[in-house]
Amino acid sequence: MWLYEKKLQYPVRVSVCNPRLAKFLIEQYGGADGELSAALRYLNQRYTIPDKVIGLLTDIGTEEFAHLEMIATMVYKLTKDATPEEMKQAGLGDHYANHDGALFYHDAAGNNWTASYIQAKGDPIADLYEDIAAEEKARATYQWLINMSDDPFLNESLSFLREREIVHSQRFREAVELIKDSNTGKKIF
Amino acid sequence: MDTSFRKSFEPFISRFDPCKPIPVKYYETPPQLYLGFQPEGLEQFSPAEALKHGTLWPALYAPYSNPYRHDGK
Repeated sequence: MWLYEKKLQYPVRVSVCNPRLAKFLIEQYGGADGELSAALRYLNQRYTIPDKVIGLLTDIGTEEFAHLEMIATMVYKLTKDATPEEMKQAGLGDHYANHDGALFYHDAAGNNWTASYIQAKGDPIADLYEDIAAEEKARATYQWLINMSDDPFLNESLSFLREREIVHSQRFREAVELIKDSNTGKKIF
Repeated sequence: MDTSFRKSFEPFISRFDPCKPIPVKYYETPPQLYLGFQPEGLEQFSPAEALKHGTLWPALYAPYSNPYRHDGK
């Protein structure tokens, strides 16, 4: 089970009304390498991974939901008072037609989120390497988003999220070292 | 570092697990995880053996067998 704290992991401030940026940020909401994919991937892999790294997957998977909430807040703030005309001009006409101002799990190009973005192979090495790759891809996505954003407040939050990807990647790499090295069960001779 | 190609762990077993527990689970940790950049001058298989094994290098040869069958097949 989870306990919920009614605050964001890191503050989200938006300085200018810019619905076009929301269109790009949604990539980290419902995109292949986004926070939803990350959270679901890690929490699902927990059941079949060696015991000593289950806790890590729980912690990181949980934190990804905190990141998802930050992205949602950014997208919401950037679009909340946009008129249909402004949405149209920002390239969000397609989104508006289907969802009004509601958020939805799709990527920047409008493709709906799908479970085929994630994998649980059951092989601990394959799964952890996928997790490392996912963190690097998310880090790269944050870089491209920062490159397209000139909102200094928003970029602070995006930089925080990018840094967390680096830390998570490091922890997954340590998890690989742990399961590479140890034999907690019976030895085979 | 334990560089063996197969590791195992003992998952938690509950009194209430419905199926007969498998007490030890195995996973593969093949040689490419440990080699780093392959050093020069490693031992080689003969060409005929290399063709059969799929690698020229004994250091990378790690055949798989079902860990849950004791006859090794």
